[in-house]
Amino acid sequence: MIRVLLWILAAVLLGGIVHLSTVLAMPQAAKQDAYSRLVPLTPVNALVQLTAPTTGNAIIPFMDPAFAQAVCRYDLSSGSLKLIAPVSQAYTSVTFYTRKSVAYYAINDRAAGRRKIELDLMTPEQHAEVPEEEDVTAADRLIIESPSTMGLIMLRALAPEPGLMPMARGALAGATCGIQPVQ
Amino acid sequence: MRLLFGSCFTFLIAAVLGLGATWFTLTRGVAFGSLSVGAWTAWPKSGSVDIDPYARASIARSGELPTGMGDGVAFYAHTDDQGSNFDGRCTFTISGMTPAARYWTVTLYDPQGRLVANTIDRHGFTSDEIVRDSDGHFSITVAPLARAGNWLPTGGIELFVLVWRLYDTPIGVATRTTKEGPMPAIARKGC
Repeated sequence: MIRVLLWILAAVLLGGIVHLSTVLAMPQAAKQDAYSRLVPLTPVNALVQLTAPTTGNAIIPFMDPAFAQAVCRYDLSSGSLKLIAPVSQAYTSVTFYTRKSVAYYAINDRAAGRRKIELDLMTPEQHAEVPEEEDVTAADRLIIESPSTMGLIMLRALAPEPGLMPMARGALAGATCGIQPVQ
Repeated sequence: MRLLFGSCFTFLIAAVLGLGATWFTLTRGVAFGSLSVGAWTAWPKSGSVDIDPYARASIARSGELPTGMGDGVAFYAHTDDQGSNFDGRCTFTISGMTPAARYWTVTLYDPQGRLVANTIDRHGFTSDEIVRDSDGHFSITVAPLARAGNWLPTGGIELFVLVWRLYDTPIGVATRTTKEGPMPAIARKGC
């Protein structure tokens, strides 16, 4: 009897290990995460508007259909990235995701506080190379550190009414995202 | 012989338990640090680097991109306030208060996160387009057939999910009480 209980205890402990390791391994193993879904649709280091989600077909599940969206799939291995986005009339936000869909930074138009959102995205190594005085003189220059070399930037502009969707799309059309020339 | 049998039995039980628990937690969307108000639940931490391993695994599997913490917060509802499932063949009303936010949107999805086909091509409302009465209150009727006022069509699907998103809002990780975040009440009005 004791022997059977010991076997069961061992099974439960081992089961716990299996459970935790599969949960931790899932982000590495997932083939259909947001980044993988966007690879065939988007070029690297350029901003592309996503088609509006239609019924029964969503590039990314649970996207807000009231928003016009553009994505910049980035790879910082060849240099830092600059994102410039004009603010739409209603509400605009920028969210940065790692390769594994972790939202590590998000800012909205009001927090950015200007007519356009202007951000520099770089790896911690690239940030360390930025000359210090330049960092100080450009105090209003927003520098974001990306924890991963690759990732996604989602630019979202709200259309408060369906009729304002062209306005929101127009605001995104003026946005750019690209590798900065080396100074 | 007994050792061999015992270890085979142990490995089998361990695999079933471990993989079963993983499947269960990922399909049910288990995550820590949830904020529940009535039938609505949000995971503000999932929109930041403090996201827990369960939520991380769950979004990697589903392909979602969580709403970032500096952007807003998304509340999900799968049932009404009484706990009955959102059946697309039934009628539900959503009414009451919304927490402070610059904008909010409410959207109806199928359980996989896709929009639902309907005759008027409506999938949700924004805070700007919703029809309110003279004292600023609103009521949304979620129903398969056309209704007067704010009608959100279900398309008659078996199960649906409602997502209430607040943009530029103080609601977040620090929110603890329902007083700070009063969410609209959901009631079933028959099938």
